[in-house]
Formats: sequence, structure tokens, C-alpha cells
Amino acid sequence: MGTAADLHPLGQDGASSAPHGTRKEYALGFGLSVALTALSFWLVMAHVISSPVAAAFAVMGLGFVQVVVHMAYFLHMNSRSEGGWNLLALLFTALLVLIVLSGSVWVMYHLNTNMMPASPHEMMEMP
Amino acid sequence: MTAASQLRLVADRAGPTFHLAEEHHPENGTLLGFWIYLMSDCLIFAALFATYAVLGRRYAGGPTGAELFDLPMVAVNTAMLLFSSITYGMAMLAAYRGRVKPTLGWLAVTGLFGCAFLGLELTEFAHLIREGAGPQRSAFLSSFFTLVGTHGLHVTFGVIWLVTLMTQVARWGLGPDMVRRLMCLSLFWHFLDVIWIGVFSFVYLLGVL
Repeated sequence: MGTAADLHPLGQDGASSAPHGTRKEYALGFGLSVALTALSFWLVMAHVISSPVAAAFAVMGLGFVQVVVHMAYFLHMNSRSEGGWNLLALLFTALLVLIVLSGSVWVMYHLNTNMMPASPHEMMEMP
Repeated sequence: MTAASQLRLVADRAGPTFHLAEEHHPENGTLLGFWIYLMSDCLIFAALFATYAVLGRRYAGGPTGAELFDLPMVAVNTAMLLFSSITYGMAMLAAYRGRVKPTLGWLAVTGLFGCAFLGLELTEFAHLIREGAGPQRSAFLSSFFTLVGTHGLHVTFGVIWLVTLMTQVARWGLGPDMVRRLMCLSLFWHFLDVIWIGVFSFVYLLGVL
């Protein structure tokens, strides 16, 4: 915090004390995200992995890594920004997103397999 | 100059001495508040992603993602957003140094990349609707248009906000308030890029597999 305020004569309003990157950090983040994006597109467009399920997991894994890269190098997320509250809010949101996504998929999958009537005739015979 | 006024000057220059130099000075809550807004926005997108996850394979006899999506165009679109992220970073670096002209230049480049992204996305939407694959065709397309359209709407408002801030920077320069506003937009802009990672991975790439 103190070093940022010393470097930038912008007063003590919080803007100057907030974490921000250097040219090197931005370049590194940009290089990494370009590589990860290109890798994802190449995996799918060149049909590198024959199994669609394996390819899907690879793409989602690469996407997750790229989200982390963006958070670290572009959004300057770390455990010290805003006294840790930024990271706490982010982790809480990530938990909610995980529950919403996996919960929806799980519940709807079972709804479909258990409750979808196959024919009008079957529907008539339902208790 | 009298000795008394000189003393006062010295005292003024020394500044207040009633707090510790390394004190944790009170933080302005703007950035934390804006971050929490972004997290709530993230939940909106989570709900839309969940909807797409459930409905994304309900084609109702209509076209599938593999038939509709044009991956090279999506790749160009992704590149536009990535470039706009790095140019916004350059704008922020210029803003921290208090240099108005480079800041405005990088912001303008960022805005142009944002507009290019929006142009490509609208072209894609128009193409889909012309082919009879509009949002009313199937549950898959409804959820697709809602998710991708909501992201596009965010980018649109980001561009409007960017132009507003460029006008303000041109008129009032780069005071602390302006840098704080630019930081909020920086968070918003990079956040939209993060959401786009989810969109191109989950919707386009998995849709084609």
C-alpha cells in the first residue's frame, strides 16, 4: 500500500493505494492468455483429441486456467487487495457459482431421466 | 521573513505529526463496492450459464451448435476482446503516470476493439436470425441468445462508459477521482473478458464438439 502511494502522487483516496500491474505483468498475462486461447481453439478446430468428453474436459480446464491468469494479471487479484475482502468476495461468489451450475445440471439431469413420460399412452397410465 | 512565519512554514511543510507514518490509512470503499457489484453480475451470468447448461442440447429438431457456430469468427472475436484488455491495461499504466494524451489514445484503441467485437457479434446474430435460427427457434437458441446477448449488452454499456470517461479525462485531466473511475471501468472491462472465456469455451467450443 505505502509503496504505491509513494510512487504515484495521486493523493490518498484509495485509487493510488489499490493494486495495479506493471507493463511486464500485463505483457505476461496477455502472452499467457493468448497461448491458452489458441490452445483451446486448436484442440477443437484441429480435432486433436478424438474423444469428445476428453476434449471437453481439456477445453474447460484450459478455460479455468485462463480465468485464473486474467484474475491475477489483469484484475490484480491477490490476498492483500482491499485487505483481503476482494478475494473473500471472489471465493464466496465462486462457491455460489459452483453450487448453481453443478446443482442445476445434476437436478435437471435426474428430472429428465426419472420424469419424462415416453408416450401419451404411458402418461395416461400414470398414477 | 520573520522568524515566526518561517517557523510556521517549517511546521506546515512537516505536516501533521499526530499519526504514525506507516498507519494503514482509511481506504475508499469505491473499488471494493464495485468489486462486489461485479460479483453480483457474476451471479447473473452463472444463472444464464446454468440455463444454457440445461437447455443447450434441446434443439427441438432445429439446427445444432455444430451446424451454426463459425469458429474462425469466434476466434477473431476473442482476439478483439483480448487485445482490448491489454490496451486498457496500457491506458491504466499511462493514467497512473498522469499522462493524458497516451491515456486517451489507448482508451480510444480499446473502444475501437470493443466496437469491432460488437460488430462481429451483431453480424453473427443477424446471420443466425436470417437462417431461421433466431431465439424463438429452440430452447438451445433461446438460452444461447440470452447468454451471449447479455454479455454483448454489457460490452455495449462498457463502450458507452468508456466514451464518457474519455470526455471527462479530456476535459478535466487525470485527478485522483478520474483515476478511480478509470480503475472501476478497468475492473468491469477485464471482468467481461473473463466472462467471455466462459462463453467461448463452454458455448462455442463445447457446442461444436
